[in-house]
Amino acid sequence: MAVGDKNQGLLSPFRVLDLTDELGFLCGKILGDLGADVIKIERPGGDPARRFGPFYKDQRDPEKSLYWFGFNNNKRGVTLDLEKKEGQDLFAKLAAKADFVIESFTPGWLDKFNIGYGALSKNNPKLVWTSITPFGQTGPYAKFSASDIEIMALAGCMSLTGDPDRPPLRVTFPQSYSWTGSYAAVGALTAHYHQQLTGEGQQVDVSAQATLLWAFSHAHVFWDLNRHMEKRAGSFMTGRSITGAKMRVFWPCKDGYLNFIIYGGEAGRRTNQALVEWMDSKGVAPDFLKQKDWKTFDIAKVTQEEIDRMEAPIAEFFKGVTKAEFFKEVVKREMLGYPVASVKEIFEDPQHAAREFWRELEHPELGVKITYPGPFARFTNGACDLWRRAPLIGEHNEEVYCGELGLSKSELGRLRREKII
Amino acid sequence: MDALKGIKVIEFAAFAAGPVVGKHLADHGATVVHIESKVRPDGFRAHYPPYKDNVHGLNRSGLYALCNNDKLDITLNLKKAPAGTELAKKIAAWADVVIENFSPGTMGRLGLGYEELSKANPGLIMLSSSNLGQSGPHAHHAGFGSQLSSLAGFTHLTGYPGGSPQILYGPYIDYIAVAYGAVAILAALDYRRRTGKGNYIDAAQYETGLQYLAPILLDYKINGRVAERNANRNPHAAPHGAYPCKGDDRWCAISVSNDYEWQALVKAMKNPSWAKKFATFEARKVNEDELDLLVGEWTRGFEPRELMETLQKAGVKAGVVNRMCDVYEDPQLKQRPQWVELEHPEIGKMHYQRPPFLLTKTPPGPAKRDPLLAEHNEYFYCELLGLSEEEYKKLVDEQVIY
Repeated sequence: MAVGDKNQGLLSPFRVLDLTDELGFLCGKILGDLGADVIKIERPGGDPARRFGPFYKDQRDPEKSLYWFGFNNNKRGVTLDLEKKEGQDLFAKLAAKADFVIESFTPGWLDKFNIGYGALSKNNPKLVWTSITPFGQTGPYAKFSASDIEIMALAGCMSLTGDPDRPPLRVTFPQSYSWTGSYAAVGALTAHYHQQLTGEGQQVDVSAQATLLWAFSHAHVFWDLNRHMEKRAGSFMTGRSITGAKMRVFWPCKDGYLNFIIYGGEAGRRTNQALVEWMDSKGVAPDFLKQKDWKTFDIAKVTQEEIDRMEAPIAEFFKGVTKAEFFKEVVKREMLGYPVASVKEIFEDPQHAAREFWRELEHPELGVKITYPGPFARFTNGACDLWRRAPLIGEHNEEVYCGELGLSKSELGRLRREKII
Repeated sequence: MDALKGIKVIEFAAFAAGPVVGKHLADHGATVVHIESKVRPDGFRAHYPPYKDNVHGLNRSGLYALCNNDKLDITLNLKKAPAGTELAKKIAAWADVVIENFSPGTMGRLGLGYEELSKANPGLIMLSSSNLGQSGPHAHHAGFGSQLSSLAGFTHLTGYPGGSPQILYGPYIDYIAVAYGAVAILAALDYRRRTGKGNYIDAAQYETGLQYLAPILLDYKINGRVAERNANRNPHAAPHGAYPCKGDDRWCAISVSNDYEWQALVKAMKNPSWAKKFATFEARKVNEDELDLLVGEWTRGFEPRELMETLQKAGVKAGVVNRMCDVYEDPQLKQRPQWVELEHPEIGKMHYQRPPFLLTKTPPGPAKRDPLLAEHNEYFYCELLGLSEEEYKKLVDEQVIY
């Protein structure tokens, strides 16, 4: 099933135990992309996130969740009941030989069974143990529960998204889990670097709320410095002109929307000039735009009246342009701006084909190859790639429990019957 | 701040995508040198609000401050070839890691491509973070994260069905690339420790962003479905949204993903008679607009924090929609603590940000405010790089160090 040689992966010598729910999926996947041996530990019957859609051919089946496929590839998978004593013992055995544990239980839950960081690091002081929760291991919210929308709310992101006269919004496809998982990977690897030099492992305490502070970063700095509060402004950009003028960001076009902003600065001037030339080539640039001296155009001092006057003919022009046409022209004319792409246009972007970004993984049990987004970065030495599809429920039980922990097949059968694995 | 002590990092980088990678390394004790020039200071210093008291100044930028604590700041005028180029190479020979986020091709044109820099330093790790990647037909196209977030699909997913897309504040996707850039450097450092080999890393912000959308990319490819924006709706939960509270423009997010949570919410609302109609998930979904209005009528009687605490105690997921003025006072972020208040000579007191992951045995910074433009020229060039006083003076006079 593997497409490349995983032993070439940058982190190929290392073993990761991944006990996370959706909040941490991407952390394990990133380490797996880099070639680490990531073992996803699920409860017997499979992880609840296997019930998240969308599904392969819309068939609701825990082995066909595209949510699962997308964030758990590059991992092997075993099942284990951590609430049972034998399950706890097996986990402790696995943890004794692991380099990383990543988990997202409510703080204190694993400690109840004596299999938290405190207990298991005694046998394996080198362990890098990354705990990923909505709010962190301690503090007044530590035991609060939260899904994507509460995380986006408490991090301040929602206060900046949506129309001013309607409720604050989140992004419709959950973002906070991916943010948190990827920043958790930074934490895990920072601790790993220290561990490799000193032999000292440690616990890494990741907070989703704190992670999402970066997602809409710098809006809060307006408050810190000047007690000015940035707020949601719909599809307009604010804060660039001292007159309070706001600039349109999204423009209806022939087949959707374009992201174009009248900017100042060098790149903005070049862009504005190029747009007027483009409009003029179609005979629709009004004289006042053609005569505008972009070199002296100052975005910081522009009035709303002037912006409105400029935006009117541009809006008219964009109505007749397709997203693909716009993209072609901005690249050719070196203008700032992009179409508002949907997943469809993302697949059609020739840049990805040229960079061979899309990767296929075989799903033998479905009899198909599925196309995935490829590596997050390219390295000249050591590889980062897609190696294997996400595991089936308990797919590697025998490989791990018998092959590595030395259990006999009959013991495995018993553990299976007793629903420990 | 010991985890990355001893690692030497230089940044030919500006704005967010490059420097915030360096910030995460600096927060853990790496020596990070931010290279600018007086001819062309970091864009955050030069023309990106906010500035303290709305007065522009190269050392008054809040955003530069946020992204560059605990770094050294030096100036180097790359327009002065060949002396500037030679000095840049010398600095790269000193470093373990180079971070750059110029437009693709720029470093090569300056004679500072990876091949050139690694000649004297074969173990060098260099991260090039760019909009669309170093290769491909669009590689040269420069842009800002606030627009790339549209090309990469994020704004299409934000807003109401049938309505305009909505902006995601700031250069959203830049900070996604930051996480992946830092991961890439840390993995390359580990690889080098074991193999002695350096690395050149090409990270396209576009491609890092798409990592976050994998399931809906698969959904299109397999099922032909194009994921659309649907405001705060969630196919797996109802109610699911932001609900109005007491006060001007105050809100609290609430989500209910199963019948147990629904019953808990009904109990918290003191069993209103209308609730019966919404007993099943299907009923809640079919009548979701009405459900939102009814829940909203109840939530209006509470302060947002009071509502969150009441519901969390009752077993219902809830979270205050924090405003920008709330994030420094949020009790959880304060307790962690997520902010470190440091004094800056021109900004005054500023909240610097700790990483969202806290290493418990080697706790991270920030410990030092961001540097002023050129603040560490003499220290870096003479003490760390080892130039003699004469050499240094000459380069300053020639405006190479400028």
